[in-house]
Amino acid sequence: MAKDVIGAILVVGGGITGMQAALDAAEGGFKVYLLERTSSIGGTMSQLDKTFPTNDCAM
Amino acid sequence: MEVGRHPNIELLTLAELLTVEGEPGDLRARVLRHPRYVDTQACIACGVCAEKCPKKVDDEYQMGLAKRKAAYIKFSQAVPLKYAIDPDHCIYLQKGKCRACEKLCPTGAIRLDEKPSEIELRVGAVVLALGSRPYDPAQEDDYHYVSQPNVVTSLEFERMLSATGPNMGHLVKPSDGIEPAKVAWIQCVGSRSQHPGAASYCSSACCTIAIKQAMLAREHAHGRLDAAIFYIDMRTQGKNAERYFNRAQDQGVRFIKSRVGSLTPEPGGHALRLRYTLPPGDLKEEVFDLVVLSVGSGTGPEQRKLSASLGLRMDSHGFPEFSAFAPVVTSRPGVFAGGCFRGPKDIPTSVNNASAAAGLAAGLLASARNTLVSRPRAAALREVAGEPARIGVFVCHCGSNIAGVVDCPRVAAHAARLPGVAHVEEYRFACSQDAQAQMARVVQEKGLNRVVVAACTPRTHEPLFQQTLETAGLNKYLFEMANIRNQCSWVHGDDPEAATAKAESLVAMAVGKAGLLEPLNESDMPVNRAALVVGGGLAGMAASLSLAKQGYVVHLVERSNVLGGHALGLGQTGSGEDVRENLEGMIRLVTRDRLVRVHLGASIIKAEGFVGNFHTTINSPLGEEVLEHGVTIIACGAGELRPEGYLYGKSPRVLTNLELDRRLGDEDPQLLEANRVVFLQCVGSRIPERPYCSKVCCIQSVRNALRLKEANPQAQVFVVNRDLRTYGLREDIYREARAEDIHFIRYDHEQPFTVEETTDALELGFQDWVLSRRLSIRADLLVLATAIVPETPNPLAQLYKVPQDDDGFFQEAHPKLRPVDFATDGVFVCGLARAPQSMEESVSQAQAAAARAAAILNRPSLKVGGVVARIKKSACVGCGVCVACCPYQAITQDQDGKAEVNPVTCKGCGTCVASCRSGAPDLPGFSNASLLAQIEALVRP
Repeated sequence: MAKDVIGAILVVGGGITGMQAALDAAEGGFKVYLLERTSSIGGTMSQLDKTFPTNDCAM
Repeated sequence: MEVGRHPNIELLTLAELLTVEGEPGDLRARVLRHPRYVDTQACIACGVCAEKCPKKVDDEYQMGLAKRKAAYIKFSQAVPLKYAIDPDHCIYLQKGKCRACEKLCPTGAIRLDEKPSEIELRVGAVVLALGSRPYDPAQEDDYHYVSQPNVVTSLEFERMLSATGPNMGHLVKPSDGIEPAKVAWIQCVGSRSQHPGAASYCSSACCTIAIKQAMLAREHAHGRLDAAIFYIDMRTQGKNAERYFNRAQDQGVRFIKSRVGSLTPEPGGHALRLRYTLPPGDLKEEVFDLVVLSVGSGTGPEQRKLSASLGLRMDSHGFPEFSAFAPVVTSRPGVFAGGCFRGPKDIPTSVNNASAAAGLAAGLLASARNTLVSRPRAAALREVAGEPARIGVFVCHCGSNIAGVVDCPRVAAHAARLPGVAHVEEYRFACSQDAQAQMARVVQEKGLNRVVVAACTPRTHEPLFQQTLETAGLNKYLFEMANIRNQCSWVHGDDPEAATAKAESLVAMAVGKAGLLEPLNESDMPVNRAALVVGGGLAGMAASLSLAKQGYVVHLVERSNVLGGHALGLGQTGSGEDVRENLEGMIRLVTRDRLVRVHLGASIIKAEGFVGNFHTTINSPLGEEVLEHGVTIIACGAGELRPEGYLYGKSPRVLTNLELDRRLGDEDPQLLEANRVVFLQCVGSRIPERPYCSKVCCIQSVRNALRLKEANPQAQVFVVNRDLRTYGLREDIYREARAEDIHFIRYDHEQPFTVEETTDALELGFQDWVLSRRLSIRADLLVLATAIVPETPNPLAQLYKVPQDDDGFFQEAHPKLRPVDFATDGVFVCGLARAPQSMEESVSQAQAAAARAAAILNRPSLKVGGVVARIKKSACVGCGVCVACCPYQAITQDQDGKAEVNPVTCKGCGTCVASCRSGAPDLPGFSNASLLAQIEALVRP
């Protein structure tokens, strides 16, 4: 473990998991870099139509 | 959207992590940034580049079912909403000619000379959420996926159902555009398979996805659609999934437990013939119009490459190795992993993994918390009370998005004639940085005291404009929006005249309302930085440890006299880890942590307060004590069903799985002598009184069957089940058990299961589903896989004002996106209290709850007030209707019986206003006067 700790977290992947991790880390008091391979975030979930069981729009 | 706007999240798209060096706490990440070829500062997402781009390519967002251009955005709500140029297809970048986009871009945002670049980021920790890659059925094409257009994957079918899909949500066969009458789903394509390239594990979510798709497809066809799902085991083990399965059966979706033997195209190429077998051996043939392959999820080259570069230890399936007691921790310190990258799972489990990883990373870096983040400063606000309304109206063109349909100059001219309007301006993009600066300047120069923006939706843009108001020294509640994009240019795109007239009316209404707006104050309320965790089992301890690591004081309240909960009686996890050993390690950590105050033998007798300031009174052997805390985590667990019948409690040969676990731990000699053991699944689960699946019992039974077999290799072991639900990577132990000659028999649960005791054994009788006849087994031991049952009603529900669902488990705020939050702020749930789940899931959820709770504890203060209801006490008759109606339990009655609103818990929904017959409640900004002003503005000629 480093002596001088850096208050930033790198999140790799901008799908639902990465986005949630980024939000929680940022709310927890850390600078977050969110890396996404493609041109925009959203991942697989943004391709889903509706989600079980509420039939909420996946967006 | 929330991610895109968060001040402390820097979004780097088209970026690839190459390497990570350094030690945990101080890591250097090398990142390759691929060019977008578009300047994101200058791009206004007008879409001209895509419109003019001559190159059409398959749209991967639509799973190749539609085309996009080489200049593109993935979808219309993309974040960032900036176009990109696909270098693999751009004619200029490939062949050196074209540059049409560059010539036509109105803001000169195209940068075709951009080159890839490398940057280095200094971070303390890394969270990997690389996702998964769906199985490609073309590689072992048993189902003619490549040649038959009417054979599609489940992800392609999602796009076909979607309103933003290639057919705008109109479900048709790809071969001829005609609506299908019969659709079949084939489960486990590429999962639970020994084919080369396929996964041997179960992909966990596909059964529930297929049910959802079948129900939606039937809805699209107004019920005139025959939907049939072919499956091996129906694995609806997730929360509420079994109810969904039952509902689908009731609505007429056919569930056929059979592997499809062959699929052959019918002559003409528009239909497909499936052959399958039904018990006791009948060969069936059926023709379908469309076949959906429920493809599994796995890892692709991008996941494998990065894992190798980071040096993560991987399992045999290509997922990072992990322990059930540290489910998001990888073999490399400082690197965490979650979601489908870490193994197949559903959305809520992924979301929990994400929060858990964020929380653990925060724990690792606790000493540097809040060192690199910015918080907006509060500006001094101008007093506007007593001034006549001076309203500024700002009309946004949104490029051509609004102005292409709505005559914006006419809307602006109309607004200028409205009473109270002092100034009108038009912007090409009101949300752009320069427009915002101009708006703030105008507000100050012209002395405006109310602002109306006619643009898009307040859902996404209100906070931005409100921030601008504050910069200009105005209270942010002196703001109103008219949505002339969604409600005018989008929906009336074919009728510009009507769209413009409607935009004029919407602006007039907003102006009418704005004139009556008053400044609202928010006050700061301090947050107590301690947490209360209720329940000292696995989940409670995991939550406490994560919070303590992040530096917060935790009160851990346990009803019994020991920590550990039900897990104390368990032998091994699904993957064979020793539970007792790991649990004892956790208990040691909890008892030694100076920030965790353990209260044993303690019950909660009273709870008061709300987010930020709870006061909970506990009663323990040390007497009564009031605990002050800012957040509450409910981790009270659930119990094991005491079964009725099956000679349970009457014969020593009948025991529950939990009892077996304990006796295996004690190396009970009676178990070694048992030569024939039968496990009976779903005792008390998946029945009308308890329609949920208890999720862990299949895994526990298979694990215990293996342990018995190991202890006594001569033993014959049978697992009598309805569907064997060893979901996810747990499929490995099912395969192992079959290889060890453990017998799995499917029984018909609607026929009686009989248990009789003879002098030296049990006689068991049941209906075998495959053979369609009754079987009897003489057994030395019958193990009942009993249901997990929650405490109902649970006093904690009343104490902390949180709901329990129909099954008695606690009801989270949103089943997918907020799986550990309650609708009540500051209260969280995890572990068996939320739903039956594995230890690994409980730990991840507990750590997720800790991360969500820490976000509140990290705030310097909570904002109180703003749009919250007020009660005119003189009008209140104390009937209590609003108290009952309030969905947030924000209203109580004072000593005179009059209603009182707690501004912390009130969400400003207005339900109380609508419910009151005396007109006592009022919601500022939505008062009767302002609503009437809006209506008046609408009907005024």
